[in-house]
Amino acid sequence: MNFNQLRTLRPDLAFIAHWVAADAHVLDLGCGDGVMLDYLRSDKACSGYGVEIDDDKIPLCIGRGVSVIQQDLEAGLAIFADNAFDTVLCLSALQMMKDVEGVLRDIARVGREAIVSFPNFGYWPHRLALLRGRMPVSKSLPYEWYDTPNLRCATIPDFEQLANEVGLEVLSCVALDDGRPVSLLPNWRGSLAVFRLKKR
Amino acid sequence: MSIGTVSPQTLHFSTPLQLQSGATIADYVLMYETYGSLNAAHSNAVLVCHALNASHHVAGMYAGDPKSAGWWDNMVGPGKPLDTDKFFVIGVNNLGSCFGSTGPMHPDPQTGKPYGANFPVVTVEDWVHAQARLADALGIGQWAAVMGGSLGGMQALAWSLLYPERLRHCVVVASTAKLSAQNIAFNDVARQAIMSDPDFHGGDYYAHGVVPKSGLRVARMIGHITYLSNDDMAEKFGRRLRDAASTGNYQFGFGIDFEIESYLRYQGDKFSEYFDANTYLLITKALDYFDPAREYDGDLTKTFAATEAEFLLVSFSTDWRFSPVRSHEMVRALVNNRRRVTYAEIDAPHGHDAFLLDDARYHGVVREYYARVWQQIEQSEQQSGRQTVPVSPRNAGVAA
Repeated sequence: MNFNQLRTLRPDLAFIAHWVAADAHVLDLGCGDGVMLDYLRSDKACSGYGVEIDDDKIPLCIGRGVSVIQQDLEAGLAIFADNAFDTVLCLSALQMMKDVEGVLRDIARVGREAIVSFPNFGYWPHRLALLRGRMPVSKSLPYEWYDTPNLRCATIPDFEQLANEVGLEVLSCVALDDGRPVSLLPNWRGSLAVFRLKKR
Repeated sequence: MSIGTVSPQTLHFSTPLQLQSGATIADYVLMYETYGSLNAAHSNAVLVCHALNASHHVAGMYAGDPKSAGWWDNMVGPGKPLDTDKFFVIGVNNLGSCFGSTGPMHPDPQTGKPYGANFPVVTVEDWVHAQARLADALGIGQWAAVMGGSLGGMQALAWSLLYPERLRHCVVVASTAKLSAQNIAFNDVARQAIMSDPDFHGGDYYAHGVVPKSGLRVARMIGHITYLSNDDMAEKFGRRLRDAASTGNYQFGFGIDFEIESYLRYQGDKFSEYFDANTYLLITKALDYFDPAREYDGDLTKTFAATEAEFLLVSFSTDWRFSPVRSHEMVRALVNNRRRVTYAEIDAPHGHDAFLLDDARYHGVVREYYARVWQQIEQSEQQSGRQTVPVSPRNAGVAA
């Protein structure tokens, strides 16, 4: 898979892929169908593993030639040793965790760097929905309040605070909208928050 | 679709095989079956290793016996997850077995009498060395994959450690890198049941014209309990009484009251009709002894440093014999060595036996994995400019 194919398929991942160094050993937590690792392996010579719990996604990863490990992130990342990875990815998955802090601490333990993305609850249509008295339903939060797998709602400053608490230094933070970075008023105009973090 | 009618072949080996125990087997026969065709590059061969009570008869059926389907017929065949339209699949019966390869019921060349208790104790590693000789004879320098479930998975693991360069993929299903104390305990109870049967005669029951049937039957009943999950047993049998329809009452005796008793006794009886007691002892010992990390002070990471293959590991959530935790240990060791490993944990209710059953998620994973293996074969064929036209294995340097 080349960069253009990734950009067509997942513009958010295409943006994030720039932050992963060539030849890096990568752990992709909640790797889904394995598209990111597929790209990183074929275009940037990265190695590593995906972790995914969904039965339906495992064969898709295998089909892409991605080494996938079927595991519940919340059951811990005990399979992985300290500092085993150059980069740990946790993309649009953290908000589904019950124990966000525990998973984030594990990310800090197994990786030297991490890239974490999540839907930004501070995105202006979400704020507007709340002002109107309703829970937000948008492209980035496409579920109703009663059926959403997204257990945790956070804004950009919220996450920054937790990252600092678990020993991760924020190298950069970018808010994306439709896969494009937003520089003006990111916590208002960005639907997806992306953090590049380094272990302190 | 099943592969249809198949027939076993034998190969005689006259070079002595040195065993892990220090003993040797001077002369032996291996019985095997093959399915599909070996390609010109000899790059599409897959070895399927059998578990405790199975054999070389992996897939298909024997002429005139429609009930003789191979033990992994749902996995191996045309269009099956391990597709014999693409791969050349080999099943081989291990030494010490009672299904055709040299075993305790065969004559010891030194005495002319059946080996009986004198058949040397064989290990998983010994089996793999014997399988390697079969591969040599069939002209297979490197397997596309070695695959097995349970004890068969241990053989696949042993291949990856003993002959790392001779397999590209290692498929290990419902297995473990070593038995737990509980596993060994169950095995020993089974062995004690056999050895304390008065018809056992120290293993030389062949000379007495008897078989330690009641011991073998109990051994099988114990084993069978460990293959099923508690939930599966509860659902299949519960506390149902066997003759509930007629009286619905307890018998207040020691006959068969419950359905589970009836089922286990039936399984035990059936098993004792066809399985050899000495083989049962040998194979349970091979299970007990398997522990490749032993020479590395139990460090599985150091053990797996020797491997070169890519791995697929599969476990089943309700398997308490070789639970998912056993697979996690192997995955961790492989990840520590940065080996390519895929691990699927199938949420299935059937306990250890699940590896033999038809489960869409499980088979989907294996199917997709072999599709990748096949893709790699095609890519390397294209790179080397070879044709992928299959040739008959008879033309491929087989010594019969």
